[in-house]
Amino acid sequence: MAIADITTRKSKKQLAYKLQRNLWGLAFSVPWIVGFLWLTLIPTIQSAYYSFTDYSITKGGKWVGWKNYIYLFTKDRLFSKAVTNTLYITFIGLAATLVTALIIALLLNTKIRFRPIFRTIFYIPSILPTVASSLVWMWLLNSKYGLINSMLNALGIGSVNWLGDANWTKPALIMMGTWGCGNVMIIFLAALGDVPISLYEAAEIDGAGSMSKFRHITLPSLSPTILFQLITGIISGFQYFTQAYIISNAGGAEQRTFGPENSMLFYAGYMYNRGFGQFQMGLACAMAWLLFLLAAIVTAVILKSSRHWVYYGGE
Amino acid sequence: MAAAKKISPRKIAKRTLLYTVVIFLSLIYIIPLIWMLSTSLKVYTQVFVYPPVWIPNPIVWENYHEALTKIDYLGYTINTLIISLSCMVGAMISCSMVAFSLTKIDWFGKKIIFPIVLATMMLPYQVTMIPVYIIWRKMGLTGTYWPLIIPSFLGGSYYVFLLRQFAMTVPNSLFEAATIDGANPGKQYLTIMLPLIRPAITTVGVFTFLGNWSDFLGPLIYINRAKDYTLTLGLYAFVNEHSVDWHLMMAASMVFVIPVIIIFFFAQKQFIEGITLTGIKG
Repeated sequence: MAIADITTRKSKKQLAYKLQRNLWGLAFSVPWIVGFLWLTLIPTIQSAYYSFTDYSITKGGKWVGWKNYIYLFTKDRLFSKAVTNTLYITFIGLAATLVTALIIALLLNTKIRFRPIFRTIFYIPSILPTVASSLVWMWLLNSKYGLINSMLNALGIGSVNWLGDANWTKPALIMMGTWGCGNVMIIFLAALGDVPISLYEAAEIDGAGSMSKFRHITLPSLSPTILFQLITGIISGFQYFTQAYIISNAGGAEQRTFGPENSMLFYAGYMYNRGFGQFQMGLACAMAWLLFLLAAIVTAVILKSSRHWVYYGGE
Repeated sequence: MAAAKKISPRKIAKRTLLYTVVIFLSLIYIIPLIWMLSTSLKVYTQVFVYPPVWIPNPIVWENYHEALTKIDYLGYTINTLIISLSCMVGAMISCSMVAFSLTKIDWFGKKIIFPIVLATMMLPYQVTMIPVYIIWRKMGLTGTYWPLIIPSFLGGSYYVFLLRQFAMTVPNSLFEAATIDGANPGKQYLTIMLPLIRPAITTVGVFTFLGNWSDFLGPLIYINRAKDYTLTLGLYAFVNEHSVDWHLMMAASMVFVIPVIIIFFFAQKQFIEGITLTGIKG
C-alpha cells in the first residue's frame, strides 16, 4: 500500500516534470512556430488555392480551374523563355561558380604566403550588395567605354556587345556571378583543411601523383560539401532576380524590359512582373507552385543520386 | 643535411607558377573595385577616355558630394539602418531561443521542428512571395517597414540552423548540472546558453544586418513612397535618372559598399566561422 503510494506520487512528479519541459520547449519555439505557420505553411496552401483563381488586388478572384496552368504551358511563350533562361543561369552559372571556387580554394590551400590577404581579396566581392556589384559590372561591361572591352581591344580580340546582344547577356551575368564565388571558396577552403593529412601521406608512400591524389582523396573528401553547395546553389539560382532586374532596367525605361530578346527574363523576375506589375496574382501563384514542385523534385533527385557519389568520412 | 635543406629547381618553378597564378587571379578579382574607385573620382570627360585612365587627374572629391546630395542619401541611410538594426536584434533573439529549444530542452517538438527547419531552408522565397504580400496587404501594412522587420523576429530557418549547429557543440552536462541545481530552462538560456553561443549569435547578427542592408526585392515589393526608400531602392532610382553619369553612380555605389567592407574587417572571424559552420556538411 505504502509502496504503491510512493510510486504513484513519483510518477505524478515525473509527469509534472515532463509537462513542464514540454511547455518550456514550446515557449522557446513559439517564434519559429508562429513564423512557420503564418508566413510559410498557410501562404503555401493559400497560393495553391489562388493558383486556381484569377485573383488580383483589384478583384476578389473567381475560380478558374486549371486555366492558369494551361495558359502558362500552352499559350505563354515568355514563360517557357523564362524557364529556359533560368535553367541556363542556374546550371551553367553554378558549374562556373563551383569550379572557380574550387580552383581558388586549391590554390590557397598550399603553403602560400600572405594567404589571409589573398583570401580577403577573393572573398570581398561575394559580400557586396548585389545592387552595387550590378552597377559596377554594367560599367565594366559597357560596350563602348567598358574596361573589359578596352582590354579585349588591346589584346586585338575586339569588342563584345555584352549587354546588348542576346547571345552574350547570360555569359556576362555568369562572369559577374563567378566574381562573387568567394563565400563558396571559403567553404571549400575550410573543407580542404579538414581532409586528414595522413591520407595524402599514405597515398604518397603508394606513389600516387598529384592528379591521382586529387581524384581519389580530395574530391571524395569534398563531396559532402559539394552536395550541399549544389543544392543551395540550385535553389538560389531559381531565385535569380536582382542582378537581372537592375541590369535590364537601369536606364530609365518606361516599361519593364528583360534585356535584348528577353534574354534576361528569369523565373523570379517574370513572376514578380506578373504578380506586382500586371497584378495577375492568381497566375503568379501558379508559377510559385510550379517553382515549389521543381525545387522539391530537383532536391530529391540530387539527394537520391548523392548516395552514389558522396562519401562521408569513416565509411 | 645541407643537401636536404636545398630546394630543388622543380620546387622553385612550381612555387613561382603558384604565385603567378594566384596574383593574376586576385588582380582580376580586385580590379572591378579599383575601377569603381577610380571612376568615382574622375571628371566627367575623363570617364570615357580610351585607353582607360587608372589614376584620375584631377582627383574630383566633389563627385561624392554631388552623388550624395542628388538623392536623399542621409534619409535612405537612416531608413536602411532602422530596418537592418531591427532585423538584426530580432534574429539574434528569436533564432537563439529556437536553437536553444531544439538542442537543450527535452520536449516533444524537438524532433518534429528540426526537419521542417531544414526543409524550409530549401524553400525559394518566391513560393510564398505573393500570398505573404496578400496577407500583409489585408492587414494594411504594405507600404510600412513591418513586413520587412517582423519576419526576423520569427526565427528564420537558416539562422536557427546555424545556431543549432553551434549549440550542439556546447556540452549537455552543463545544462543537466544546472537542472539539478534547480535552474529552470529560462534561466539556463540566459546564464549558460547565451554566453556560450555568443560568437555564433554575433555571426547571425552580422549576416542579418548585411542581408537587410543589401536587400532589394523586399523593399521593392513593400515600400512605395520615395521618402521611405532604402539605400538599394534609392541607388536604383538614382541610376534610372542619371544612367550616363558613371562617375556619380560609382561614387554613390562606393558610399554604399564601404560600410560593408568596414564591417567585414571588424567581423572577419564571424564571417568565416559562420559560413563554414553551415556550409560544409549541411
